[in-house]
Amino acid sequence: MTVSTHSVVNGSRRGSTVRLAALVHKESLQILRDPSSILIAFVLPAVLLFLFGYGVSLDTARTRVGLVIEAQTPLTQDLAASFQASRYFDVAVARDRRAFEEDLVLGRIRGIIVVPATFATDFTARRNPAIQVIVDGSDTNTANFVQNYAQGTVGNWAAMRGAETAARPPAINVQSRYWFNSELKSRNFLVPGSVAIVMTLVGTLLTSLVVAREWERGTMEAIMATPVSATELLAGKIVPYFLLGLTSMTLCVAIAVLLFGVPFRGSLLALYALSAAFLVPALGQGLLISAATKNQFLASQVALMSAFLPAFLLSGFLFEISSMPTVIQWITLLVPARYLIQSLQTVFLAGDIWSMFLRDIAIMLLIGSVLFLLAARSTRKRIA
Amino acid sequence: MTSAATSNAPRPDVIRLDGVAKQFGVAPPALDSITATVRGGEITGLVGPDGAGKTTLMRLMTGLMLPDAGTIEVLGHDTRTGAARIQAEIGYMPQRFGLYEDLSVQENLNLYADLRGLAKSERPAVFDDLLTFTDLRPFTARLAGNLSGGMKQKLGLACALLKKPRLLLLDEPGVGVDPISRRDLWKMVEALTEEGVGVLWSTAYLDEAEACHRALLLNAGKLLFAGPPSALTERVAGRVFKLTGAAGRRRAILACALEEESVVDGVIQGEAIRLVVKRGADPATLRAQAGTEARIAPTAPRFEDAFVDMLGGGPGGRSKLAEATHARPADDGRPVIEARGLTKKFGDFTAATDITFEVPRGEIFGLLGPNGAGKSTTFKMLCGLLKPTLGEGRVAGFDLRRDGAEARNRLGYMAQKFSLYGDLSVAQNLAFFAGVYGLAGALKRERMALMTEIFDLGPHANLSSKDLPLGLKQRLALACAVMHEPEALFLDEPTSGVDPITRREFWTHINGLVEKGVTVLVTTHFMDEAEYCDRISLIDRGRSIALGTPDALKARVATPDNPDPTMEDAFISLVRSSSERAAA
Repeated sequence: MTVSTHSVVNGSRRGSTVRLAALVHKESLQILRDPSSILIAFVLPAVLLFLFGYGVSLDTARTRVGLVIEAQTPLTQDLAASFQASRYFDVAVARDRRAFEEDLVLGRIRGIIVVPATFATDFTARRNPAIQVIVDGSDTNTANFVQNYAQGTVGNWAAMRGAETAARPPAINVQSRYWFNSELKSRNFLVPGSVAIVMTLVGTLLTSLVVAREWERGTMEAIMATPVSATELLAGKIVPYFLLGLTSMTLCVAIAVLLFGVPFRGSLLALYALSAAFLVPALGQGLLISAATKNQFLASQVALMSAFLPAFLLSGFLFEISSMPTVIQWITLLVPARYLIQSLQTVFLAGDIWSMFLRDIAIMLLIGSVLFLLAARSTRKRIA
Repeated sequence: MTSAATSNAPRPDVIRLDGVAKQFGVAPPALDSITATVRGGEITGLVGPDGAGKTTLMRLMTGLMLPDAGTIEVLGHDTRTGAARIQAEIGYMPQRFGLYEDLSVQENLNLYADLRGLAKSERPAVFDDLLTFTDLRPFTARLAGNLSGGMKQKLGLACALLKKPRLLLLDEPGVGVDPISRRDLWKMVEALTEEGVGVLWSTAYLDEAEACHRALLLNAGKLLFAGPPSALTERVAGRVFKLTGAAGRRRAILACALEEESVVDGVIQGEAIRLVVKRGADPATLRAQAGTEARIAPTAPRFEDAFVDMLGGGPGGRSKLAEATHARPADDGRPVIEARGLTKKFGDFTAATDITFEVPRGEIFGLLGPNGAGKSTTFKMLCGLLKPTLGEGRVAGFDLRRDGAEARNRLGYMAQKFSLYGDLSVAQNLAFFAGVYGLAGALKRERMALMTEIFDLGPHANLSSKDLPLGLKQRLALACAVMHEPEALFLDEPTSGVDPITRREFWTHINGLVEKGVTVLVTTHFMDEAEYCDRISLIDRGRSIALGTPDALKARVATPDNPDPTMEDAFISLVRSSSERAAA
């Protein structure tokens, strides 16, 4: 019934095309004239990339630590020299750990490495010499880092020492090879992740804001009282922001590859296919939020909490998903950014692996269609 | 072109409402079984105070909302089944006009032409017509956001008219628009009715109802009256009088008169008092009270007189607030509010130029003017919210520039969009404003208790102020503004859109305070508020173009054709002649 009356009034398919074109044209003009759209779509991505490119680095260089040598022997002095030569540590040496306690508490140093008085005798007697590492647990990342690198440094030193003295060689000799990101630059995997962040901002935050703005300013009411259909209204928002999302993604990738020298080993086809698939859930979520809130302030809060933060924290962008608690790991399955990021990291660092991409694209489209269905349900042509 | 058919034959109904009801949540019904019709070829006024249900009713008519009960038939289609057809055939201008502010005039027109399916071939002619009709031709490239309120309103109308609707729904087209633009718009709409278009014009200004062919009067979701406005004013015929010749004591006389059993309603109109008396009452007894020089004569009833009569009459004339206020010592000769050569520049733009006036103790002074004329700028400079570029402002003798804090402590401020904290309860709002004005301890408790009692806020003390009905919000805003017994009260459109009973209550308080020596500065678009002023400064293009009593301003524009002009006539005529002089 409703369908038939609708089609009569909306006239030919041409009428619908004209209306959609008019809405898209209007939206594009608004995007170009609204400084906040430009800010979110172009300036913010650039700022984010520069931050992740230069500022945020998960590689720790030259961490300040205190080294306590409780007994000065040639052996321990050699070990101390090996710490001082390390390019990971900036070492201050003392004989008593009390000298560093205050510094650690105040955060002036990141850890204390104690070489106990018994070290030299234990080492020569091959009694499994122990060293103590005291770290500031409030910054777990750095704490782990100090612990691991201190062990590594001692291990290396012990190995060299063993080789020099031609004593029994170490039982296991580990030779590490890092695949795909051979320089182990965190920038190389942070940049693909920030592409996902940027598209979340454009797709979800910006979209939810502009729709909510139409409610606030009363323009939504005015255009709803014209022959426009709900589908045309939604499409009129989706098309421009879909294109805007891809444009701002292109900008990100260009900066990443040309400026930061991030390798790009996959194909452009994969890049765009993945990004386009990701924009489906991102836009769906944005439209759903704005339809439900109709208020810019609320929309931005909800978008930040439900899209931006998960894309940041639960996507494997900064934190390894496999090291999260199981329940959280389940939740990450619902975060579309997770699928984009794992695939994009592959596109950048490894190359095209279509079996993986297709699976991720399918999942993103699935989440997207659910969100779109919900958004369409709540965007009927009714005010209340 | 007025055809004989449209002027003589009974006009067809374009809207039929039958038992329409709508309720939101647990609040009292927004609309309660409304049955009425709107006819083609005439302007029907949908009249009522804010919150009466006007916007809800309009949305129901567009099919953007569905009624809980009853049926609505628009142009022969039921809104439940034919919303799409209705939307294709009507023109609808929602509040705030539905314009895209970051699109130009032409881009807005193009968008709505596309959305409404106006054929490309017809466009040049239609655009040409509408741009002429609205005088917007010189501004086609301007962004809608940079248009004045009146121009936005015209553009909104043009967008609603693109595809010659048979029914035009205008939701409060007069809000935030000065009287000149309102009158222009009215003429444009009237021209449309001659072509058979049905127009529904919603408004909170009761005087607009009088000009409509028919009016639907809504109050608190109920339809109080439907028919020609004259049929409503009929009920107070012969009961409306104007008392003159007591200019200096008019506030005191009004207060007494309102306490009289025989008086239904009374308001101040310039130097006169307008009174509505009970059926059969003799107004002569009132004259006796007013003194020997007072004269009392019958006058033509207005729509608002009848509305108040219908609601059972206005409130009494006693203001508990004024009674609890300490009288200010007699005049020490110094004006309480002084503006000397106030000038404000924003970059190249001069918003106010050399504004000078003085308000002595116990006077109500009004700032009137078109949108963007500079009256708000002047107002803000005088309450210390804006720093003047040149000149000085003083309140209670304190220079706003040097002793801004002292001056602000002596003034109370109440804005149209009542500056209450919506999420705080009534009591918390009172406590907050008491604190802001430096009240503490026993004094704070005492004043809060007093305000609660005077304004009868006790039963609502724990409600969030955003959930209060408009009338109560208004009372609370006044309570917050006067809690510290200010010497001067600054009012920014304090009663526009408020129902007439609440408005009368409000002005009874203000009049009472003024009698006690409080000085009032009011800025407004609302001609009824202007009538309460002792003197008015009319501001246009940043300059004061006329200053005098309301009656003096009216007298300046009196002509043989219009010997007794209204405040609105005076406003329009003075602003027009000032712009002509500026253009010359």
